[in-house]
Amino acid sequence: MSELPAKPVKKPKRVLPERFVSYKGVWVFIEHEHGHVHPVSWELLGKGRELADKLGVELAGVLIGAPGPKIAALAGETFAYGADLCYLMQDAVLHDYRNQAYTAAITTLVNTYQPEILLLGATTQGRDLAGSVATTLLTGLTADCTGLEIDLADRSMLSSRPTFGGSLMCTIVNLATRPQMATVRPRVMPLPVKDPKRPGRIVEHAFDLAEESIVTKVIDFIPDSRADKPQLAFADYIVAGGRGMGKPENFDLLFSLAKTLGAEVGASRPAVHAGWADAERQVGQSGKTVRPKFYLAAGVSGAIQHRVGMEGADVIAAINVDANAPIFDFSNYALIGNALELLPALQTAFAARLAQTRARVTRSAPKEE
Amino acid sequence: MHIAVCIKQVPDSAQIRVHPVTNTIMRQGVPAIVNPFDLFALEEALRIKDRTGARVTVLSMGPPQAEDALKKCISLGADDAILVTDKAFSGADTLATSYVLAAALRTLHEKQPLDLVFTGKQTIDGDTAQVGPGIAIRLGYQLLTYVSRIAKIDVQDSRIVVERRAEGGVQVLESRLPAVITMLEGTNTIRFADMPGMFTAARQQTQHWNREAIGITDLTQVGLKGSPTVVAQVFAPKPKAVRALRIEGETPAAMAEAFVDKLFTDYPQLEEALLEHLDQLAAQEQQS
Repeated sequence: MSELPAKPVKKPKRVLPERFVSYKGVWVFIEHEHGHVHPVSWELLGKGRELADKLGVELAGVLIGAPGPKIAALAGETFAYGADLCYLMQDAVLHDYRNQAYTAAITTLVNTYQPEILLLGATTQGRDLAGSVATTLLTGLTADCTGLEIDLADRSMLSSRPTFGGSLMCTIVNLATRPQMATVRPRVMPLPVKDPKRPGRIVEHAFDLAEESIVTKVIDFIPDSRADKPQLAFADYIVAGGRGMGKPENFDLLFSLAKTLGAEVGASRPAVHAGWADAERQVGQSGKTVRPKFYLAAGVSGAIQHRVGMEGADVIAAINVDANAPIFDFSNYALIGNALELLPALQTAFAARLAQTRARVTRSAPKEE
Repeated sequence: MHIAVCIKQVPDSAQIRVHPVTNTIMRQGVPAIVNPFDLFALEEALRIKDRTGARVTVLSMGPPQAEDALKKCISLGADDAILVTDKAFSGADTLATSYVLAAALRTLHEKQPLDLVFTGKQTIDGDTAQVGPGIAIRLGYQLLTYVSRIAKIDVQDSRIVVERRAEGGVQVLESRLPAVITMLEGTNTIRFADMPGMFTAARQQTQHWNREAIGITDLTQVGLKGSPTVVAQVFAPKPKAVRALRIEGETPAAMAEAFVDKLFTDYPQLEEALLEHLDQLAAQEQQS
């Protein structure tokens, strides 16, 4: 990657219409399904806090769902993660996520309380909802942002995102409509530190659509059995393979090493396209964004498409026969050699080392019984 | 039954390079393809056609050369192709794009009523997944995104049952036609074009619809003017400050051993966390 200075931000001349000038505050949509908040919502509260502080406005969580003790508890959690207030809309109609009902709920809240920024997670729910809300409100929406900043000169949000499959980054602005909307992928922003004592206030607003007016009905929900689906996005240890793995059978070497490390197996786009690995395992711009403690890339060239999905890893090691492979530009360790030979060797080395450390720890700290 | 499939012609992003000096996209020689995600949508529509004899119209907003992508869809079995093209449409973001596509779909609906509109899950160049929802809102159709299976369609009764990928599971939804479906990838396998299909594609005229043809008079809604979002800056991704440390070793075994030693010397907390993680996994396994 060339180290070119970025061209300066060049904004088109657009004036914010008078009716939007009073729009204030940063909102984060709190996504929850079946009682679980998607962690991306807390990550967004962390980022939202930064933006709100810079603008000198309040940060709000937006919580929509069926009434009950669960949702009230979630409101408290939004404060712990940094929100000053929480807009709460509870109604039995909102029990399951449905596009029509949730779009109506959010647009009502936006039109009533008028925020300048609205952030959502780039999940299946967040993207479904964001596109519908933005079109209903006729406002701008930027998908899959990796960076959000405030330009204090005009209070606009600068949303950065990868474009053209990650070959380039671009900064997008929305100067003449409000709210400025953006979706952000899970694990792109760090999880903020939780402060359970942080106070906040709840603003409740009634939902005014009856069940009869919601066309689509949820007739069943089939949860993924955790065992047979890779949980890549939240894995702390990942070993990934690319085109350099040569053929599908060679992915067995990765699965074998993964077992030793308790890791998930990831794959680059070419490997997934070649059918060597399941699409669920794809890491990168058109796959998953991961943020593991340790990421090992074997036979991955390091195309930007892959890089944007994994460069947030704490420690990255890469195996490649080509010493000039771009992957080494953003790895901590370079193992230059044949992945098919190195992977079994690594498995042996890791197993030996871990067994040794475990033995030493047990010896030096005998059990108290 | 009438099905529209919205497709986009995109540059094959796997082959895109950035010019090292000017920092701009080098489009020369990059092949244009049908957005791969759209092919899953087309295949699903064609399967409904195979079962029910439905009419399948493919539609795309784009420059004149996007006709090639539409012809490809005809060769695979679509009945009609419409290119929505007008200089005024260029520079559109997703909001302005959904405005134009919705206008074109309304025009199409007047000619033969629509039951379903299919799109891909997202494009590979924009990656936004916003146009499908945008079309549904503008047309007032039901929106069914990330559909992995169409379980039932009852045109008489205007009902549809689909399975949709949600976070942590699959939602089974019953909804009403007309609906906009964005199809999940990997849910079917696109057929190959056969010889008669290729001949049809070569022979058949693609209809070109400009803004007058779809009744657009308000030019503030389309193209750059109708786009609230504007690209203010383009830049190369930030290079990571560290350059990888090269691990030496005569043999793979020696290199592996040197690496593991160096890794856990540099990051002792990583070794600790890893051991704890493995203990947890072992405990979980014992429980189940």
